[in-house]
Amino acid sequence: MIKVHNIYKKYSKIQALEDISFDVPRGEIFGIIGPDGAGKTSLFRILTTLILADSGNATIDELDLVKQYRLIRNRIGYMPGRFSLYQDLSVEENLSFYASIFGTTIEENARQIEDIYNQLLPFRKRRAGALSGGMKQKLALCCALIHKPKILFLDEPTTGVDPVSRNDFWNMLQRLQAEGLTILVSTSYMEEASLCDRIALIQNGRFLKVNTPENITKQYQRHLFAVSSDNMSLLLGDLRKHPFVTSSYAFGDVHHITVEFPDSSAKEFSQWALQIREFLMQCGHTNIFVSVISPSVEDCFMDLICLPQEQAVPASLSSVVNDD
Amino acid sequence: MIQPNDNYSIMVEDLTKRFGSFTAVDHISFEVKKGEIFGFLGANGAGKTTAMKMLCGLSKPTSGNALVAGFEVGKDNEGIKKNIGYMSQRFSLYEELKVWENMRLYAGIYGIPEKQIKERIELMLESLGFQNEINTFVKSLPVGWKQKLAFAVSIIHNPKIVFLDEPTGGVDPASRRQFWELIYQAADKGITVFVTTHYMDEAEYCNRISIMVDGKIAVIDKPQTLKMQYHGRNMDEVFRKLARNAVRS
Repeated sequence: MIKVHNIYKKYSKIQALEDISFDVPRGEIFGIIGPDGAGKTSLFRILTTLILADSGNATIDELDLVKQYRLIRNRIGYMPGRFSLYQDLSVEENLSFYASIFGTTIEENARQIEDIYNQLLPFRKRRAGALSGGMKQKLALCCALIHKPKILFLDEPTTGVDPVSRNDFWNMLQRLQAEGLTILVSTSYMEEASLCDRIALIQNGRFLKVNTPENITKQYQRHLFAVSSDNMSLLLGDLRKHPFVTSSYAFGDVHHITVEFPDSSAKEFSQWALQIREFLMQCGHTNIFVSVISPSVEDCFMDLICLPQEQAVPASLSSVVNDD
Repeated sequence: MIQPNDNYSIMVEDLTKRFGSFTAVDHISFEVKKGEIFGFLGANGAGKTTAMKMLCGLSKPTSGNALVAGFEVGKDNEGIKKNIGYMSQRFSLYEELKVWENMRLYAGIYGIPEKQIKERIELMLESLGFQNEINTFVKSLPVGWKQKLAFAVSIIHNPKIVFLDEPTGGVDPASRRQFWELIYQAADKGITVFVTTHYMDEAEYCNRISIMVDGKIAVIDKPQTLKMQYHGRNMDEVFRKLARNAVRS
């Protein structure tokens, strides 16, 4: 459905996108995961035909991004990162307006949006500007769906949204996927990565990896431990003093550390855990827990962005090795 | 009237805000201890922003009382504003100004005496490791750096309390964690931290948290205690259990 080849985009001195290539097959939820400023929005604006890439090309539903942009616009739905509906129009007026732009009506597409629209019904006379964050997000999704698009582009739909509404939103996306929609979605919440079929990790305009969430965590090379004690704040600093600890970060109620032992072949994980434990006891910690854990996407992302630029896999290479 | 108490930075009693027939904040009462990192959580539309606006002296309560840094909300809002810092993810720095210009501007706004400004700015540049970025335009700083700078600027006047409204939204995972280390440093210096977030792992880093549901404070306690009480493995589960039944969203 989406085929992207070697896209570059530069704003004066800043290279916003560098050699971006990837394919999204029909019916897939493809996630673009990365922090603010990584280039997510530029990529969305290019693929929704709103701005031009400096070089590279792409097709959306087999239509050329530049030559056939008008046709593409009828087949895609776009939900920009900033709430960009008309604040002074009511819920119903916004929907009718977007329907009329695409030469259709709410009634004609009632089935497509029924599920979400029903949740908005009690507020249909309310001005969009007076809706809560969760409701605004639902209205924006409704507007993006009103002309029965085949592909949805959702740019950070869950930023600033609470965990419960985020969960509801992802359930909606999965229902839309079941109906055959292809979805390109970006997020800065790492835990949402696992809800995508495949993800691209993006940083500084480059794709660091493209793969399924499972494969990305499988490819993690480091030895990862979760550690806790009675004094978590001191623990963080003490762990960093350990000669074999290469990184130490807070992860909720535990700290995650990566460890590089010099004689890695000679020892078992459990022995390493014991050694860290002893070290912490000497530092005066009590109630110490050390355990071997498997990495989350967030651990992988942190490992990748800590690498110097040259060592990160070139985007063109990573898209070749993705195994679908 | 609330009796002032030196152990608390924030004291709230039956604070309420109505907009017409809609009660955005519904008789909330709580205290925040001096030097505490207090997480103020809640679903979208639960009333967090409205409550925070009142505590920052930007919105007048319909009823109820609150003391912030010893000043009465709704009566001495200027006193409050001089003694608090505020940072939000959406807006904090002027993108078209250089790093030092932003620092200079906020030092002036927060009323730091002219003689001390130069010294404060130098101290801040050093602690941030920003000495080489002094003439950089804020818009060309990486996002993680911007957040750090925005936070440093928000406490440039050594406030008693700093209010952080979703300070880490959209920030990469490594910068998010470095940011929390800055929060800890501020708390160690005795600054009370009042913070909102939608990252539930960050709720774990707070000394105590409250969760607002439909305008009321549903629970308030240490993260550890709440996890035990609500049988959640992490704060995400606790939050979902509490907020799932919300009427407003």
